[in-house]
Amino acid sequence: MAAVGERQISYDARGLAEPVADAPRTAVVEDGVATFDARELTTRTINLELRRLLYEEGVGEVVVQNPQGRHSLGVGILRRCRIRFEGSLGYFACGLIDGPEIHITGRVGWSACENMMSGVVVVDGNGGSLTGAAMRGGDLLVKGRVGARTGIDQKGGTIIIGGSVGSMTGFMMQRGRMIICGDAGPGLGDSMYDGTIYVAGTVKSLGIDCVPGEWTDADTELIERKFRIYGLGSPPEFQKFVCGKVLYNYDSLEPSEKKLVI
Amino acid sequence: MCGIAGIIYRDGSEHAIGAEMTRMLQSMKHRGPDSTGFALYGNGENGNLVMRYKLADANTPRDFDFEDRLRRHRTEVEARLVALGGRIDEVEEETPYAFRVSFGYDGDLKLLADFVEDIPEAEVLSLGRALEIVKDLGDAESVHDQYGLADFKGTHAIGHVRMATESEVDIAGAHPYWAYPYSDVAVVHNGQLTNYFMWRRRLERAGRRFMSECDSEIIAVYLAEEMSKGASLQESMHKSLDELDGVFTYIAVTKDELGVAKDELAAKPLVLYESDDLVALASEEIAIRQLVDHEIETYDPYEREVLVWQR
Repeated sequence: MAAVGERQISYDARGLAEPVADAPRTAVVEDGVATFDARELTTRTINLELRRLLYEEGVGEVVVQNPQGRHSLGVGILRRCRIRFEGSLGYFACGLIDGPEIHITGRVGWSACENMMSGVVVVDGNGGSLTGAAMRGGDLLVKGRVGARTGIDQKGGTIIIGGSVGSMTGFMMQRGRMIICGDAGPGLGDSMYDGTIYVAGTVKSLGIDCVPGEWTDADTELIERKFRIYGLGSPPEFQKFVCGKVLYNYDSLEPSEKKLVI
Repeated sequence: MCGIAGIIYRDGSEHAIGAEMTRMLQSMKHRGPDSTGFALYGNGENGNLVMRYKLADANTPRDFDFEDRLRRHRTEVEARLVALGGRIDEVEEETPYAFRVSFGYDGDLKLLADFVEDIPEAEVLSLGRALEIVKDLGDAESVHDQYGLADFKGTHAIGHVRMATESEVDIAGAHPYWAYPYSDVAVVHNGQLTNYFMWRRRLERAGRRFMSECDSEIIAVYLAEEMSKGASLQESMHKSLDELDGVFTYIAVTKDELGVAKDELAAKPLVLYESDDLVALASEEIAIRQLVDHEIETYDPYEREVLVWQR
């Protein structure tokens, strides 16, 4: 097979790339900050190097240069640390993390920060769909616009979007807060159970059982605090949306159960 | 899952799109290892038509007289082109079963395509003055090597890596699809159409032919049908959002235009990069980064968006 791409990837019999790999140990540590270039590395070796630095070397701050939009980087980091990705990440960026403060200077693909437990992630660029899916805690700030279904199944934490969001944002959201500074697509907060969505721009349409909520001082305090922490300037005026709770039918019986009662 | 990609140079300048599209598709191999396809637009050769056709599939059983039959059918294709008044310039044998013929012809394209496809197992993959569709089983690099795409220069291209969900793994089921019988229109698609059979019956009654069981073939033929009634590519694509059901992101190309459409759920991915001279789009940013090596601003289009660029 001729070399058309720059990188040659070998696959094993199961189709897995690099079933066996070692950390490349190319990072340079200076003043407690480790820096390495990801350009020539594969997804697996980037993550191995990151984990080696954080877990084995005990480095508190890592800078990853040239991630070039690769998928699944910075996943499953379970300790307090600082990571900066100088460039864009692909799908599943920084998923399943618990504790780190991550700064991404480019954009992220689909499902960024999926199931994030705690920590802070700041994305300077845009985001794909499913940003902050099933997120449970921490803060996720995307300064640009994001795709559809942002915060689907969100169970906690705060998602802040500087730009607009696509359709079905907050679909089946269960807890937590979403602050959207731009416009929202159709079906906002469809079938949400609980939680709060703030939108500064226009809303194309509300989803089933998503209704405007009553503004309180706590809402003002929250938004001002988050804007202050992330240096976003003075907050615009937001509308608040919550669950109407008319879809709550926990007390009604299934047809088969009704027969038994009667 | 499937992965789609497209590039168009807005100033109409020629680039090595064969090699560029190969790099994009190879980086998305994980989205579809079954087959890979390219629709490449060159600047044409002195007004000639180019027809890409195949006389067998890559994985059909090879019996004793397979080679004999191929030879007979190949002679028959050329004889039929000449019989319709075609002036054959050049015939290239890309693989034992896939061919490229460049010829002068001014007659009806539907008649030509039907006459060629009347030969058993023959399928016209593409027909046009600029369009050439290359598709086969395997990943982008193996198709690139097999069909010698390294030297292909052109202005715009689309490509597809396929993970088959709805129909057979063979060349007939591989994308891109040519919009039979209209020259220079092709489509790649990521998704599923749920009203496939309704549209297939409707279009078959209107005289269109379908070579595969793949739902994506509908889109190409549907757009061509609309455009033949006088609609522009953009208008046809807008109309398709209401008339085609299911989840989809598809890219359609004509001689001078490249357009993309997303369904109303925005269920299938697409990342878009626009600069002054180049527009590149793909299912994943990693593919776009094969063309541009510095950090770039990309975004995901929203639901029901139709975007069209001219070269």
